[in-house]
Amino acid sequence: MMLHSWITITSNAILFSFIGAIPLVAWLKKIDVFATFTEGAEEGFHIAVKIIPYWVGFWVAMNMFRAAGGFAALETLLSPLLNCLGFPLPLLPLTLIRPFSGSASNSILADIAHTYGGQAKVSHMAATMMGSTETTFYVVMVYFAAVGISRTRHAIPAGLIADATGVIAAIMVTHWFY
Amino acid sequence: MLNFIWVLLIVSSVIMSFVNGTEAAVAASIAVSANQAVNTAISLIGIMTLWLGIMRIAECAGFIALFAKLVAPVMEKLFPEVPTDHPAMGAMILNIAANMLGLNNAATPFGLRAMEELDKLNQHRGIASDAMCTFLALNTSSVQLIPMTAIAILAANGDSAASDIVVPVLIATTCSTIVGIVIVKWLAKRKLFRIEPAGTNDAA
Repeated sequence: MMLHSWITITSNAILFSFIGAIPLVAWLKKIDVFATFTEGAEEGFHIAVKIIPYWVGFWVAMNMFRAAGGFAALETLLSPLLNCLGFPLPLLPLTLIRPFSGSASNSILADIAHTYGGQAKVSHMAATMMGSTETTFYVVMVYFAAVGISRTRHAIPAGLIADATGVIAAIMVTHWFY
Repeated sequence: MLNFIWVLLIVSSVIMSFVNGTEAAVAASIAVSANQAVNTAISLIGIMTLWLGIMRIAECAGFIALFAKLVAPVMEKLFPEVPTDHPAMGAMILNIAANMLGLNNAATPFGLRAMEELDKLNQHRGIASDAMCTFLALNTSSVQLIPMTAIAILAANGDSAASDIVVPVLIATTCSTIVGIVIVKWLAKRKLFRIEPAGTNDAA
Protein backbone atom coordinates (compact mmCIF):
# COMPACT_ATOMS: atom_id res chain seq x y z
CA MET A 1 0.00 0.00 0.00
CA MET A 2 2.94 2.33 0.75
CA LEU A 3 4.40 1.76 -2.67
CA HIS A 4 0.94 2.06 -4.17
CA SER A 5 0.35 5.59 -2.89
CA TRP A 6 3.92 6.51 -3.70
CA ILE A 7 3.29 5.50 -7.32
CA THR A 8 0.09 7.58 -7.47
CA ILE A 9 1.93 10.63 -6.16
CA THR A 10 4.79 10.15 -8.62
CA SER A 11 2.53 9.77 -11.63
CA ASN A 12 0.55 12.87 -10.69
CA ALA A 13 3.79 14.76 -10.18
CA ILE A 14 4.90 13.76 -13.67
CA LEU A 15 1.55 14.82 -15.12
CA PHE A 16 1.67 18.20 -13.40
CA SER A 17 5.23 18.85 -14.45
CA PHE A 18 4.28 18.17 -18.07
CA ILE A 19 1.34 20.54 -17.96
CA GLY A 20 2.79 23.13 -15.57
CA ALA A 21 6.48 23.43 -16.29
CA ILE A 22 6.28 23.46 -20.07
CA PRO A 23 4.09 26.59 -20.43
CA LEU A 24 5.92 28.35 -17.58
CA VAL A 25 9.39 27.92 -19.00
CA ALA A 26 8.17 28.75 -22.51
CA TRP A 27 6.59 31.94 -21.17
CA LEU A 28 9.84 32.87 -19.41
CA LYS A 29 11.56 32.37 -22.77
CA LYS A 30 9.20 35.05 -24.15
CA ILE A 31 7.24 32.65 -26.35
CA ASP A 32 3.68 33.65 -27.24
CA VAL A 33 2.43 30.65 -25.24
CA PHE A 34 -1.32 30.84 -25.73
CA ALA A 35 -1.18 31.37 -29.50
CA THR A 36 1.33 28.51 -29.77
CA PHE A 37 -0.93 26.31 -27.67
CA THR A 38 -4.02 26.93 -29.78
CA GLU A 39 -2.06 26.38 -32.98
CA GLY A 40 -0.98 22.89 -31.86
CA ALA A 41 -4.36 22.21 -30.26
CA GLU A 42 -6.13 22.88 -33.54
CA GLU A 43 -4.06 20.17 -35.16
CA GLY A 44 -4.95 17.79 -32.32
CA PHE A 45 -8.62 18.53 -32.86
CA HIS A 46 -8.39 17.68 -36.55
CA ILE A 47 -6.56 14.41 -35.89
CA ALA A 48 -9.16 13.39 -33.31
CA VAL A 49 -12.05 14.01 -35.68
CA LYS A 50 -10.31 12.41 -38.64
CA ILE A 51 -9.92 9.03 -36.93
CA ILE A 52 -13.63 8.62 -36.07
CA PRO A 53 -14.56 6.63 -39.24
CA TYR A 54 -11.66 4.20 -38.70
CA TRP A 55 -12.60 3.86 -35.07
CA VAL A 56 -16.21 2.99 -35.97
CA GLY A 57 -15.09 0.39 -38.53
CA PHE A 58 -12.79 -1.34 -36.06
CA TRP A 59 -15.08 -1.19 -33.07
CA VAL A 60 -18.16 -2.56 -34.91
CA ALA A 61 -16.23 -5.52 -36.40
CA MET A 62 -14.65 -6.35 -33.03
CA ASN A 63 -17.94 -6.21 -31.14
CA MET A 64 -19.82 -8.23 -33.76
CA PHE A 65 -17.19 -10.94 -33.41
CA ARG A 66 -17.49 -10.84 -29.65
CA ALA A 67 -21.29 -10.93 -29.64
CA ALA A 68 -21.35 -13.80 -32.15
CA GLY A 69 -19.29 -15.89 -29.73
CA GLY A 70 -16.08 -15.67 -31.77
CA PHE A 71 -13.77 -15.34 -28.80
CA ALA A 72 -15.57 -18.16 -27.01
CA ALA A 73 -15.14 -20.37 -30.10
CA LEU A 74 -11.43 -19.59 -30.24
CA GLU A 75 -11.16 -20.50 -26.57
CA THR A 76 -12.75 -23.93 -27.10
CA LEU A 77 -10.52 -24.46 -30.09
CA LEU A 78 -7.28 -23.51 -28.37
CA SER A 79 -7.77 -24.76 -24.82
CA PRO A 80 -6.83 -28.46 -25.34
CA LEU A 81 -3.56 -27.50 -26.98
CA LEU A 82 -2.68 -24.80 -24.47
CA ASN A 83 -3.62 -27.05 -21.58
CA CYS A 84 -1.06 -29.60 -22.81
CA LEU A 85 1.58 -26.86 -22.85
CA GLY A 86 0.82 -25.96 -19.23
CA PHE A 87 -0.82 -22.63 -20.03
CA PRO A 88 -3.13 -21.49 -17.19
CA LEU A 89 -6.58 -21.71 -18.84
CA PRO A 90 -8.27 -18.95 -16.78
CA LEU A 91 -5.93 -16.55 -18.62
CA LEU A 92 -7.05 -17.59 -22.11
CA PRO A 93 -10.02 -15.18 -22.55
CA LEU A 94 -7.79 -12.30 -21.47
CA THR A 95 -5.01 -13.38 -23.84
CA LEU A 96 -7.41 -13.50 -26.79
CA ILE A 97 -9.19 -10.22 -26.25
CA ARG A 98 -6.17 -8.21 -25.12
CA PRO A 99 -4.93 -7.30 -28.65
CA PHE A 100 -8.38 -5.94 -29.54
CA SER A 101 -9.68 -3.93 -26.64
CA GLY A 102 -8.19 -2.31 -23.56
CA SER A 103 -11.51 -1.73 -21.80
CA ALA A 104 -12.79 -5.28 -22.45
CA SER A 105 -9.54 -6.78 -21.16
CA ASN A 106 -9.67 -4.58 -18.06
CA SER A 107 -13.11 -5.96 -17.25
CA ILE A 108 -11.87 -9.54 -17.78
CA LEU A 109 -8.96 -8.83 -15.43
CA ALA A 110 -11.42 -7.48 -12.86
CA ASP A 111 -13.44 -10.66 -13.31
CA ILE A 112 -10.41 -12.89 -12.71
CA ALA A 113 -9.37 -10.88 -9.64
CA HIS A 114 -12.93 -11.07 -8.32
CA THR A 115 -13.28 -14.82 -8.88
CA TYR A 116 -9.88 -15.93 -7.60
CA GLY A 117 -9.12 -13.04 -5.22
CA GLY A 118 -6.61 -10.23 -5.68
CA GLN A 119 -3.81 -12.17 -4.01
CA ALA A 120 -4.16 -15.36 -6.08
CA LYS A 121 -1.29 -16.33 -8.33
CA VAL A 122 -3.50 -16.39 -11.41
CA SER A 123 -4.72 -12.84 -10.67
CA HIS A 124 -1.13 -11.66 -10.42
CA MET A 125 -0.30 -13.37 -13.70
CA ALA A 126 -3.27 -11.67 -15.37
CA ALA A 127 -2.34 -8.25 -13.95
CA THR A 128 1.29 -8.67 -15.02
CA MET A 129 0.09 -9.70 -18.47
CA MET A 130 -1.98 -6.53 -18.77
CA GLY A 131 1.15 -4.50 -18.11
CA SER A 132 3.39 -6.38 -20.50
CA THR A 133 1.04 -6.55 -23.52
CA GLU A 134 -0.79 -4.00 -25.64
CA THR A 135 -3.95 -3.59 -27.72
CA THR A 136 -1.99 -4.37 -30.87
CA PHE A 137 -4.84 -4.59 -33.40
CA TYR A 138 -6.43 -1.46 -32.07
CA VAL A 139 -3.18 0.54 -32.17
CA VAL A 140 -2.28 -0.70 -35.65
CA MET A 141 -5.78 0.00 -37.02
CA VAL A 142 -6.11 3.49 -35.58
CA TYR A 143 -2.51 4.66 -36.10
CA PHE A 144 -2.26 3.45 -39.68
CA ALA A 145 -5.77 4.59 -40.52
CA ALA A 146 -4.92 8.12 -39.42
CA VAL A 147 -2.38 8.37 -42.24
CA GLY A 148 -4.28 6.30 -44.80
CA ILE A 149 -2.02 3.22 -44.77
CA SER A 150 -3.77 0.04 -45.91
CA ARG A 151 -0.73 -2.18 -46.42
CA THR A 152 0.61 -2.64 -42.92
CA ARG A 153 3.42 -5.06 -43.89
CA HIS A 154 5.03 -6.68 -40.85
CA ALA A 155 3.52 -4.42 -38.18
CA ILE A 156 0.79 -6.89 -37.09
CA PRO A 157 2.95 -10.06 -36.98
CA ALA A 158 5.68 -8.18 -35.08
CA GLY A 159 3.17 -6.71 -32.62
CA LEU A 160 1.53 -10.08 -32.00
CA ILE A 161 4.85 -11.86 -31.46
CA ALA A 162 5.80 -9.13 -28.96
CA ASP A 163 2.43 -9.62 -27.24
CA ALA A 164 2.85 -13.40 -27.09
CA THR A 165 6.29 -12.86 -25.55
CA GLY A 166 4.68 -10.54 -23.01
CA VAL A 167 2.12 -13.22 -22.09
CA ILE A 168 4.69 -16.00 -21.71
CA ALA A 169 7.10 -13.75 -19.82
CA ALA A 170 4.30 -12.61 -17.47
CA ILE A 171 3.40 -16.22 -16.63
CA MET A 172 7.00 -17.30 -16.11
CA VAL A 173 8.08 -14.24 -14.13
CA THR A 174 5.02 -14.41 -11.83
CA HIS A 175 5.62 -18.13 -11.34
CA TRP A 176 9.15 -17.36 -10.31
CA PHE A 177 8.33 -14.39 -8.03
CA TYR A 178 5.27 -15.87 -6.36
CA MET B 1 -3.63 -7.81 -43.93
CA LEU B 2 -5.79 -5.05 -42.47
CA ASN B 3 -8.51 -5.58 -45.09
CA PHE B 4 -8.35 -9.34 -44.61
CA ILE B 5 -8.71 -9.17 -40.83
CA TRP B 6 -11.58 -6.72 -41.06
CA VAL B 7 -13.57 -8.79 -43.56
CA LEU B 8 -12.75 -11.98 -41.66
CA LEU B 9 -14.09 -10.54 -38.38
CA ILE B 10 -17.35 -9.38 -39.93
CA VAL B 11 -18.07 -12.38 -42.18
CA SER B 12 -17.17 -14.94 -39.53
CA SER B 13 -19.39 -13.09 -37.02
CA VAL B 14 -22.37 -13.34 -39.37
CA ILE B 15 -21.80 -17.05 -40.02
CA MET B 16 -21.18 -17.84 -36.34
CA SER B 17 -24.25 -15.90 -35.27
CA PHE B 18 -26.41 -18.37 -37.22
CA VAL B 19 -24.48 -21.42 -36.01
CA ASN B 20 -24.57 -20.29 -32.37
CA GLY B 21 -28.03 -18.75 -32.57
CA THR B 22 -26.70 -15.36 -31.49
CA GLU B 23 -28.13 -13.32 -34.39
CA ALA B 24 -30.10 -11.08 -32.07
CA ALA B 25 -27.04 -10.22 -29.98
CA VAL B 26 -24.90 -9.58 -33.05
CA ALA B 27 -27.56 -7.40 -34.67
CA ALA B 28 -27.89 -5.38 -31.48
CA SER B 29 -24.11 -5.01 -31.13
CA ILE B 30 -23.82 -3.32 -34.53
CA ALA B 31 -25.72 -0.16 -33.68
CA VAL B 32 -24.52 -0.06 -30.07
CA SER B 33 -20.85 -0.37 -30.91
CA ALA B 34 -20.97 2.16 -33.76
CA ASN B 35 -22.45 4.58 -31.31
CA GLN B 36 -19.88 3.64 -28.65
CA ALA B 37 -17.01 4.21 -31.09
CA VAL B 38 -18.12 7.75 -31.87
CA ASN B 39 -18.73 8.52 -28.20
CA THR B 40 -15.26 7.31 -27.23
CA ALA B 41 -13.67 9.28 -30.05
CA ILE B 42 -15.56 12.43 -29.09
CA SER B 43 -14.64 12.01 -25.44
CA LEU B 44 -10.99 11.91 -26.52
CA ILE B 45 -11.12 15.11 -28.59
CA GLY B 46 -10.61 17.32 -25.55
CA ILE B 47 -7.56 15.53 -24.20
CA MET B 48 -6.02 15.21 -27.65
CA THR B 49 -6.49 18.87 -28.39
CA LEU B 50 -4.94 19.75 -25.03
CA TRP B 51 -1.87 17.52 -25.33
CA LEU B 52 -0.99 18.52 -28.86
CA GLY B 53 -1.29 22.16 -27.78
CA ILE B 54 1.13 21.53 -24.90
CA MET B 55 3.41 19.62 -27.26
CA ARG B 56 3.57 22.60 -29.64
CA ILE B 57 4.68 24.83 -26.75
CA ALA B 58 7.32 22.27 -25.77
CA GLU B 59 8.53 22.22 -29.36
CA CYS B 60 8.81 26.01 -29.59
CA ALA B 61 10.59 26.23 -26.25
CA GLY B 62 13.19 23.73 -27.46
CA PHE B 63 12.38 21.04 -24.89
CA ILE B 64 11.72 18.38 -27.44
CA ALA B 65 14.91 19.06 -29.37
CA LEU B 66 16.84 18.85 -26.11
CA PHE B 67 15.19 15.60 -25.11
CA ALA B 68 15.62 14.20 -28.61
CA LYS B 69 19.36 14.93 -28.48
CA LEU B 70 19.59 13.05 -25.17
CA VAL B 71 18.12 9.83 -26.54
CA ALA B 72 19.47 10.33 -30.07
CA PRO B 73 21.99 7.45 -29.96
CA VAL B 74 19.20 4.92 -29.32
CA MET B 75 16.64 6.52 -31.63
CA GLU B 76 19.10 6.78 -34.53
CA LYS B 77 19.80 3.05 -34.26
CA LEU B 78 16.09 2.23 -34.24
CA PHE B 79 15.06 4.71 -36.94
CA PRO B 80 18.04 5.15 -39.27
CA GLU B 81 15.85 6.76 -41.97
CA VAL B 82 14.50 9.53 -39.71
CA PRO B 83 16.74 12.62 -39.21
CA THR B 84 17.39 13.40 -35.52
CA ASP B 85 15.92 16.91 -35.75
CA HIS B 86 12.78 15.81 -37.63
CA PRO B 87 9.46 16.51 -35.81
CA ALA B 88 8.64 12.78 -36.12
CA MET B 89 11.48 11.99 -33.68
CA GLY B 90 10.09 14.36 -31.05
CA ALA B 91 6.56 13.01 -31.36
CA MET B 92 7.76 9.39 -31.17
CA ILE B 93 9.88 10.11 -28.09
CA LEU B 94 6.93 11.79 -26.36
CA ASN B 95 4.64 8.89 -27.26
CA ILE B 96 7.07 6.32 -25.85
CA ALA B 97 7.67 8.42 -22.74
CA ALA B 98 3.93 8.85 -22.14
CA ASN B 99 3.41 5.10 -22.57
CA MET B 100 6.19 4.28 -20.12
CA LEU B 101 4.65 6.59 -17.54
CA GLY B 102 1.18 5.16 -18.07
CA LEU B 103 -0.24 8.44 -19.42
CA ASN B 104 -2.32 6.61 -22.03
CA ASN B 105 -4.51 9.57 -22.94
CA ALA B 106 -1.44 11.62 -23.76
CA ALA B 107 0.25 8.79 -25.66
CA THR B 108 -2.41 8.51 -28.40
CA PRO B 109 -2.23 12.11 -29.73
CA PHE B 110 1.60 12.02 -29.70
CA GLY B 111 1.49 8.70 -31.52
CA LEU B 112 -0.91 9.93 -34.19
CA ARG B 113 1.20 13.06 -34.68
CA ALA B 114 4.29 10.84 -35.03
CA MET B 115 2.54 8.78 -37.71
CA GLU B 116 1.62 11.91 -39.67
CA GLU B 117 5.21 13.12 -39.53
CA LEU B 118 6.56 9.68 -40.50
CA ASP B 119 4.17 9.67 -43.44
CA LYS B 120 5.82 12.86 -44.73
CA LEU B 121 9.06 10.85 -44.98
CA ASN B 122 7.26 7.87 -46.52
CA GLN B 123 8.24 7.16 -50.12
CA HIS B 124 5.32 4.83 -50.86
CA ARG B 125 1.80 6.23 -50.42
CA GLY B 126 -0.52 3.87 -48.58
CA ILE B 127 2.24 1.42 -47.67
CA ALA B 128 3.76 1.32 -44.19
CA SER B 129 7.40 2.39 -44.02
CA ASP B 130 10.03 0.50 -41.99
CA ALA B 131 10.10 3.36 -39.49
CA MET B 132 6.31 3.16 -39.00
CA CYS B 133 6.43 -0.59 -38.36
CA THR B 134 9.32 -0.21 -35.92
CA PHE B 135 7.49 2.58 -34.13
CA LEU B 136 4.33 0.48 -33.82
CA ALA B 137 6.26 -2.54 -32.60
CA LEU B 138 7.90 -0.36 -29.97
CA ASN B 139 4.53 1.11 -29.09
CA THR B 140 2.68 -2.20 -28.81
CA SER B 141 5.43 -3.80 -26.73
CA SER B 142 6.00 -0.65 -24.73
CA VAL B 143 7.90 -0.74 -21.48
CA GLN B 144 5.49 0.18 -18.72
CA LEU B 145 6.89 1.61 -15.53
CA ILE B 146 3.55 2.13 -13.77
CA PRO B 147 0.77 -0.40 -14.58
CA MET B 148 -1.72 1.74 -12.67
CA THR B 149 -5.02 0.17 -13.79
CA ALA B 150 -3.88 -3.39 -13.13
CA ILE B 151 -2.65 -2.41 -9.65
CA ALA B 152 -5.95 -0.69 -8.90
CA ILE B 153 -7.95 -3.78 -9.95
CA LEU B 154 -5.88 -6.13 -7.76
CA ALA B 155 -6.09 -3.72 -4.82
CA ALA B 156 -9.87 -3.47 -5.22
CA ASN B 157 -10.06 -7.25 -4.85
CA GLY B 158 -8.29 -7.47 -1.54
CA ASP B 159 -4.62 -7.53 -2.49
CA SER B 160 -2.84 -5.43 0.11
CA ALA B 161 0.45 -5.59 -1.80
CA ALA B 162 -0.85 -5.08 -5.33
CA SER B 163 2.03 -2.85 -6.32
CA ASP B 164 4.31 -5.88 -6.01
CA ILE B 165 3.52 -6.51 -9.66
CA VAL B 166 5.66 -3.51 -10.68
CA VAL B 167 8.89 -5.52 -10.83
CA PRO B 168 7.42 -8.57 -12.63
CA VAL B 169 5.74 -6.24 -15.15
CA LEU B 170 9.02 -4.46 -15.72
CA ILE B 171 10.82 -7.74 -16.41
CA ALA B 172 8.05 -9.15 -18.63
CA THR B 173 7.64 -5.94 -20.60
CA THR B 174 11.39 -5.64 -21.13
CA CYS B 175 11.37 -9.15 -22.63
CA SER B 176 8.51 -8.27 -24.98
CA THR B 177 10.17 -4.99 -26.03
CA ILE B 178 13.47 -6.69 -26.85
CA VAL B 179 11.71 -9.45 -28.80
CA GLY B 180 9.49 -6.85 -30.53
CA ILE B 181 12.47 -4.82 -31.75
CA VAL B 182 14.48 -7.84 -32.91
CA ILE B 183 11.46 -9.34 -34.71
CA VAL B 184 10.38 -6.12 -36.42
CA LYS B 185 13.91 -5.51 -37.72
CA TRP B 186 14.20 -9.10 -38.89
CA LEU B 187 10.77 -9.23 -40.55
CA ALA B 188 11.43 -5.94 -42.41
CA LYS B 189 14.05 -7.70 -44.51
CA ARG B 190 12.00 -10.85 -45.29
CA LYS B 191 10.76 -11.27 -48.82
CA LEU B 192 7.10 -11.38 -47.79
CA PHE B 193 7.21 -7.93 -46.21
CA ARG B 194 9.97 -6.12 -48.08
CA ILE B 195 9.01 -3.09 -50.18
CA GLU B 196 9.97 -3.84 -53.78
CA PRO B 197 10.97 -1.00 -56.13
CA ALA B 198 7.96 0.84 -57.59
CA GLY B 199 6.00 -1.06 -60.22
CA THR B 200 6.25 -4.54 -58.76
CA ASN B 201 3.75 -6.23 -56.51
CA ASP B 202 4.49 -8.01 -53.29
CA ALA B 203 2.24 -9.85 -50.92
CA ALA B 204 1.25 -8.21 -47.67
